[in-house]
Amino acid sequence: MARYIVSRIGQMVITMFIVSLLVFFMIRLKGDPITIMAPPHFNEEQVEALRRAWGFDKPLAEQYWVFITKAVTGDFGKSMSHNTGAMGLVMGRLRLTYLLAGVSAIIGIVIAVPLGVLSALYRNSPLDVTVSALASLGTAMPNFWLGLMLIIVFSVQLRWFPVFGHDGIRSLVLPATCLGTGMAARLSRLTRSAMLEALRQDYMRTARSKGLTASRVNVVHALRNALIPVVTALGLQLGWLLGGSVIVESVFAWPGLGRLVIESIHVRDITVVQAAVFWFALSFILINLIVDLLYSVIDPRVKIE
Amino acid sequence: MSTIFDRLRGRRLTGVGTIGLIIVSLVVILAIIGPYISPHDAIQHNLKARYAPLGYTDPEHGTYWLGTDQLGRDILSRIIAGCRVSVIVSIFAVFIAGSIGVSYGLIAGFVGGWLDQVMMRIADALLSIPFIVLVVAISGVVGAGIVTLILILGFTGWVTYARVTRGEVLVAKELDYVIAATVVGQSKVRIMFQHILPNVMSSAVVLAALQVGVTIIAESSLSFLGLGVQPPSVTWGLMLADGRASIGSAWWMTTFPGIAITIVVLGVVFLGDWMRDVLDPRLRGE
Repeated sequence: MARYIVSRIGQMVITMFIVSLLVFFMIRLKGDPITIMAPPHFNEEQVEALRRAWGFDKPLAEQYWVFITKAVTGDFGKSMSHNTGAMGLVMGRLRLTYLLAGVSAIIGIVIAVPLGVLSALYRNSPLDVTVSALASLGTAMPNFWLGLMLIIVFSVQLRWFPVFGHDGIRSLVLPATCLGTGMAARLSRLTRSAMLEALRQDYMRTARSKGLTASRVNVVHALRNALIPVVTALGLQLGWLLGGSVIVESVFAWPGLGRLVIESIHVRDITVVQAAVFWFALSFILINLIVDLLYSVIDPRVKIE
Repeated sequence: MSTIFDRLRGRRLTGVGTIGLIIVSLVVILAIIGPYISPHDAIQHNLKARYAPLGYTDPEHGTYWLGTDQLGRDILSRIIAGCRVSVIVSIFAVFIAGSIGVSYGLIAGFVGGWLDQVMMRIADALLSIPFIVLVVAISGVVGAGIVTLILILGFTGWVTYARVTRGEVLVAKELDYVIAATVVGQSKVRIMFQHILPNVMSSAVVLAALQVGVTIIAESSLSFLGLGVQPPSVTWGLMLADGRASIGSAWWMTTFPGIAITIVVLGVVFLGDWMRDVLDPRLRGE
């Protein structure tokens, strides 16, 4: 187990190294990043001064070295619009994005797992057909549009929730519903097929022939096994949630990390964008590491080498 | 490629597949002839009919079946006009992403060894950044516009193809006739293109069909955020951005473009699912 964790962390470090290269070169896609950063009214001398101040006149390798040695200590440079450290800004917004993603994930799981299991147990029943139709609809629907529809119905018409912003728990309901149902649509299909797969296994026949009750067979034997692929997918789905949060946060003006990215792009605050992208990747990689480690807990058959 | 179409041609469409085909054909037709048959000019302002509700009839301009927006432009005509951007962006972006991804996966899987390891680590790193975050950040740096958007979506969307293709190549490499071709002494390049590539193409085509939906949503998301297609081009994402600004007063501005996107993506997915069942039943359930 310890060796496995060490090797997984090693892989993680390599992946993060490549992410750092991506983040470094991303802002240099159009050549010198100073062309993005410099305010339009700057004259040539001012631009040149700015370029030197940011070190963009140095050789690329040296620039990367400076970037990465600072990045590992969490220093992504100063935000240009807020006059504070970019990473500090990111950290300040992180909590709200994790809160939103976490609540959405819980909503998604609570809806998707029971519906997926029931769909599999009552295959081709009206319930199964309805659930899979809703799942198709939920995956085809752009998430941010669902958010706009929720605003029209529940905020504008019914006035149950605030239209925008972060105003306690009430502001969380609509964005979390929006992301959570989107995730439920993806997850319910997966749960259904994983459950169908589990129901087909030999141990199910054995369990039934031992005379165990149907509910015990279904829950203890089938569901527990069906959950393994579901948990794997959960890791990827949380990545989808983090991505979805970027645009859903913009729709609801939820002041999280996603909204910070969009705000920073509009004011060309590229150090903040870099730090945020870095955090998105790190969160995703950490989530999937945890998911992999969870395997051995749910499925004793998985022997980690 | 021709064999793929041959295999599709002989198969009967399922009910859902037919719906998908009808929707997709309709969108493509509208993308081509839309401006000639739409009831109004999609970008013409009519300041006397701003925020006109559904079915409002203007004595000069006729009826606005789905209402108008903040500048009095006809929503229905704009939805029809929006088909063009969606079709163009999704076709080109998917083609670029597919070409890069299939080549990448083909090389990684076929060459194997350390090159495969390095290439797949790079792919993993790209996947660890949520797609929309990556695309938003890059378009923020590179700028907006249709061509840029196609390039960005194309050059970031290839990773899924690469992973699927690589997996297929690893299987195909062990097939008897590929081993036979090696034994006979055929060149590696020839084996790669003549024997392995045809084996992996059907998965790639199925994936491409399904990715069209993802791309349409990505395009509308970016345009909605103001980072994609720019006015005066007409896109569903921009319409939704306009709608959001008037969300308290004109629900139709937001509702109908979103329905259009949902229907089109559903159509694409239905068609893609049918293609998958015919070409590549193993992918089912993924």
